[in-house]
Amino acid sequence: MTAAPGERNGTMPPERKRLSLDFFLRWEWLLAALIAAVIFVNAQLSPFFLSTRNLMRATSDFMEMGLMILPMAFIIITANIDLSVASTLAMSASLLGWLHIQGVNIWIAAAAALLLGLLAGGLNGLLVARARLPALVVTLGTFAFYRGLAFVLLGDQAARGYPASFTFLGQGTVGAIRLPFSAVLFIFFAIVFGLVLHKTTFGRYLYAIGNNEEATRYAGVPVARIKLIIFMLSGFMSALAGIVIAARFGSTRPDVGTGLELAVITATVLGGINIFGGSGTMIGAFLALILIGLMRFGMGLVNVQGQVQSIAIGLLLIFSILVPNVARQLSRRGVAVRRGAVLAAMAMLALAAFFIWFFFWSRVPILNQ
Amino acid sequence: MSAIATGEPERRSVFLALVRFRELSIIIFILLLIAVVAANAPAFLTAPNFRNILLNISILTIVALGQTMVIITRGIDLSVSAMIGLVAMMVSFTVVAFPAVPPALAMLLGILLGGILGSFNGLIITAGKVPPIIATLGTLSIYRGMVFLYSGGTWINSFEMPAGYRALAKAAPLGVANIILFAAVVAIAVYFFLNHTRPGRDIYAVGSNPEAARVSGIPVQRTLLMVYVISGLLAGMAAVLWASRFESAQTNTALGFELQTVAAAVVGGVNIFGGSGTVPGVILGAFLLGTIENALILVRISPFWQLAAQGLLILVAVVVDSAIRHRLQQIGGSGELS
Repeated sequence: MTAAPGERNGTMPPERKRLSLDFFLRWEWLLAALIAAVIFVNAQLSPFFLSTRNLMRATSDFMEMGLMILPMAFIIITANIDLSVASTLAMSASLLGWLHIQGVNIWIAAAAALLLGLLAGGLNGLLVARARLPALVVTLGTFAFYRGLAFVLLGDQAARGYPASFTFLGQGTVGAIRLPFSAVLFIFFAIVFGLVLHKTTFGRYLYAIGNNEEATRYAGVPVARIKLIIFMLSGFMSALAGIVIAARFGSTRPDVGTGLELAVITATVLGGINIFGGSGTMIGAFLALILIGLMRFGMGLVNVQGQVQSIAIGLLLIFSILVPNVARQLSRRGVAVRRGAVLAAMAMLALAAFFIWFFFWSRVPILNQ
Repeated sequence: MSAIATGEPERRSVFLALVRFRELSIIIFILLLIAVVAANAPAFLTAPNFRNILLNISILTIVALGQTMVIITRGIDLSVSAMIGLVAMMVSFTVVAFPAVPPALAMLLGILLGGILGSFNGLIITAGKVPPIIATLGTLSIYRGMVFLYSGGTWINSFEMPAGYRALAKAAPLGVANIILFAAVVAIAVYFFLNHTRPGRDIYAVGSNPEAARVSGIPVQRTLLMVYVISGLLAGMAAVLWASRFESAQTNTALGFELQTVAAAVVGGVNIFGGSGTVPGVILGAFLLGTIENALILVRISPFWQLAAQGLLILVAVVVDSAIRHRLQQIGGSGELS
């Protein structure tokens, strides 16, 4: 199952010499085109879409996700994964809230939350890098563990009453266009993470680990230390996102950000970062965040419920990988299609048709009550 | 390897036999836990409480066994929770609209709908060549979104459901609640399927080495499609039992349950990299998770500790499991525990 679609790779096979064409065939351009299409369609559907004020207000909804996408890109490029990001966010935000309830100064509490995030990422990193356990399993464990600690800290209460100087982090705006402060924070970190990934040796090592970890280790690269560092970065950024989300809501509950880890991974993968590691760019991840943000914002304006919006995001995620794959398979096979495959396809179509019919038919009696 | 093997053959073989019996470490862990809890809470070691634990882990066991087959093939099915939510809603709508539908037919309908959803997963993964984690992450969002689309945000309450449907999970015509019997039948069927049928053995072959499986003529794509369909079928069955047991179908039914099923499998010794995993192990994994949940309540530890304890348990399980594997490799074993 290592069929990585060629278009999504940050680096193209060297035997292709048409560099200019390759440049335009890159995943990032497809994302840019999709963003343009979403803006066009939404502008037609709703007169409120192209208002700077609305756009800026909507932006702040996605900045916590953005902060977590950046280290997630690092981690996925090394062929690892971090399922615990949303739980780390909740645990750090809960510590912040708990300390605030105890009467601790809010900035000391925020510093403690960041430290806790670093420690949380450090535990993930140690188990993955030193004990050589699969990241999926380790972070599945800490996914439950950290979320559990958030509930231990706050129980069923909510921490609130943060000072205005603190809520500015999540609610404040900058400049005449009212750019959210959290967006400034995100853009700053996006540039830093992008530069580290694309312009430093550390960044090159991440790709090397993702392509062939064993070879990279034999080449003398401190693989274990690098893995530890990226998981700690992930913990730190998740804690930062937790602080921002606490400031934005003005209160903290231990169930904050539930399910956000899947949204973060979806955006990262949609950004063209190969789930098997070794390729992808920070610009792609950045564009994917904008695409998802604009889609959700636009759908929200035309009154599509948030949960129904996730259908579109899920379809986008699957089709972004499926369409290039199927197109390549069809072009390779030509017209030689086996009879068994045709029968199977027809059976699938019949099942799908039945499902769709039943889906719309069986809901009518209850909804008409 | 032979040089190592000549040293202390007696003790080594005993150690190997013990370690190869992967379930032993979980059994020891469960016994220790039972001893500690029983000393502190007399209500723990009673038949009603034991039945209570079994009731609580039945649905988890059913879905975790499907998840196990998927993980053995090196895949993962994150969409099980959303399939449960969607099927529970659709079947509950149907039985409320048509109370004449017998419970058995409702169960069959649930299994069929789950199988169709699972086949979508399988098709995206096999024909579309989408990595399983991405495909099921996508369908997790899609199926969960479809629950809202289907129900329009409403839900089905206990009093709306026909009595037969509510009794489906809880009635005990054979002395044991149906839901436990369902889990037992599924466990026996999956055990037989994995160990004594060709398609079942193919699942291990595909997971151990996909390339070798393909070269030796095993239908790899068909096997992959099959495990996702089975995972869907079992999720569909679990959905009906869920709606019946909790007497409701809500938009957030089984939210987050997918990670519990993975946890039960992993704690039960299923290798996340594929190729190995046993039915008894997974049952014990689910039982351990259920026992901890139950024990925390009985020894009056705040329920808020429950999730943290579960997470910690998963971590301990994988660390111990990995230590055993390393030890096995050091003394010349294959490290394969299946």
